[in-house]
Amino acid sequence: MAGVLVLEQSLNGLQFGLMLFLLAAGLTLVFGVMDMINLAHGSLYMVGAFLAAWLVALTGSFLLGVVGAVALTAVFGMALEAGLLRTLYARDHLSQVLATFALILILNDGVKMIFGNDLPLSAPAALAGPVELLPGLQYPAYRLLILAVGVALAVVLWLLVQKTRMGALVRAGASNREMATAMGTDIPRLFTIVFGIGAALCAVAGALLGPLLAVQVGMGENILILAFVVIVIGGIGSIRGALVGAILVGAIDTLGRTLLQHVLREFLPPQWASAAGPAIASIAVYVFMAIVLAIKPQGLFPART
Amino acid sequence: MAPGPAKPLGLRGGLLPLCAIAAAIALPFVLRAFGLDFYLSLASRIVVYAIAATSLNLVLGHAGLVSFGHAAFFGLGAYVTAIMISEGVQSGPLHLVATIAVTALAAFVIGAISLRTRGVYFIMITLAFAQMLFYLANSVKGYGGDEGLNIRARSLFSLGAYLLDLKNPLALYYVALAVLALALLALARFAPSRFGRAVLALRDDDVRAEALGFPTYRYKLVVFVVAGALGGIAGALSVNLQGYVSPNALHWTQSGTLMVMVILGGVATVWGGLAGAAALLLLQEVLASTTEHHEFWTGWVLLAVVLFARQGIVGLWTRRRASALP
Repeated sequence: MAGVLVLEQSLNGLQFGLMLFLLAAGLTLVFGVMDMINLAHGSLYMVGAFLAAWLVALTGSFLLGVVGAVALTAVFGMALEAGLLRTLYARDHLSQVLATFALILILNDGVKMIFGNDLPLSAPAALAGPVELLPGLQYPAYRLLILAVGVALAVVLWLLVQKTRMGALVRAGASNREMATAMGTDIPRLFTIVFGIGAALCAVAGALLGPLLAVQVGMGENILILAFVVIVIGGIGSIRGALVGAILVGAIDTLGRTLLQHVLREFLPPQWASAAGPAIASIAVYVFMAIVLAIKPQGLFPART
Repeated sequence: MAPGPAKPLGLRGGLLPLCAIAAAIALPFVLRAFGLDFYLSLASRIVVYAIAATSLNLVLGHAGLVSFGHAAFFGLGAYVTAIMISEGVQSGPLHLVATIAVTALAAFVIGAISLRTRGVYFIMITLAFAQMLFYLANSVKGYGGDEGLNIRARSLFSLGAYLLDLKNPLALYYVALAVLALALLALARFAPSRFGRAVLALRDDDVRAEALGFPTYRYKLVVFVVAGALGGIAGALSVNLQGYVSPNALHWTQSGTLMVMVILGGVATVWGGLAGAAALLLLQEVLASTTEHHEFWTGWVLLAVVLFARQGIVGLWTRRRASALP
């Protein structure tokens, strides 16, 4: 029985990690190449989730709703980059913090004006039930879908970054922006596209996690910080680092939250165990980040040369 | 908005600070005369946040260390005081000593580790420590957990035969004002001092400052600890003002709000923290009374400040004064 629980929670951890990766991928490129702190990245995740909930209700189709939300969020992200964020690349970190914090306020309240404080979004009926993966291991079909989409997008992103011309330019920019510019790369134009892709990935994560968590104003704030932790652990600017970091953080957070309680119950009173478990789990991610930075100050996979 | 080369940071033009102090002292009486007593708590909130923002400005502006976890000290100070009161300890001096001791110790530990990193990593690691405390406060069910902790009593100071109870809004306002005045005075004296100039030197180029023989790490740590303790005092005052503390006092958006106040007011200036806290809280108050969506419009104002007023409010003021001179 214990083995089944561990397996189930490992799958949950992997699934959460993959969704974190979708958020971290765009964040790490903007941070790594443009040296830009974008606190509003979590707001794109929220915008994507709200658009998905709205479109799913409008069209009656989960697939159509999610695809539409991803496309709209990508366009929104590109407009945001070209209209505002671009002017912030050359500014110092403090100005970027102030501007993108302002953007969080605007987007939170803006979404509230249009859609209200929260929207219902549930998994498609066809995937509502569980699937028997192994004898004794019932796993929700919808979570399997998230896993599949996460793995597929990670592979696509890897191919995009490693095997295409655009990916090579992005890697060149992350490694040394001045040199890439001197070699004739049009970094600003490239980055509008990169930002659009990052926004689209945020929307995928927001739409898919919507039925599991809740589609509500402010949903981006906590997950944003986890995404920052992921990219610092992985190495700022590195897609590979973001993937490894996201899966590690997803696993530590999920396994810590569920399994730690069971472990602690062996030698602590139950009420202590159920209180300490989640607390230690939430803190464990940050402790892990501090340890990684102490050993490898540039993260696991430093991108910058 | 990179702070320029070392500028004189003292209280310039002597008259302005005197007028400000006189106005601040007279404010409660003016409010009462016009029947606007309600606004006294807003004034107290501005003063409390001004203390917190001023303490952050010391780290962020004067020492150039972009700490994204200042809420850790604000929230910790609030929790220390709230927990002592809920355990029946009402002595104000004890609250003060405990708050300073705990927040200074926390700042020492966090600073000692964080200051070994720089740049973006310093931002992230200070953020991480504040988040740890946020989750810790959420999980301590004995002191409210995620619902927060209400306190019925407030800090009591006995001055000879006279009892100063911070439950009295007027007493709280003047105590907070006194703390703020002392903090501003200390900051104004600190900047031109030898220590202050050394801190400015290491902000602008810490390799050079170190080569000149300054113990840069130790200096940064001292600034970090002093700012942490002052932030903690602001937190202790805020719990006396609101009668309530919740983990949100430790959340990263609280750190963000304090940063916004400093940047809005003016980085590395004496008055920046006060100007920023007053501007942001007044703006929110005015907008909240006119529209349901005050955050939306606050955001646009902040965005306009980033794009068009790069030196913050104090920068606008001093620039106008500078251009008024022949």
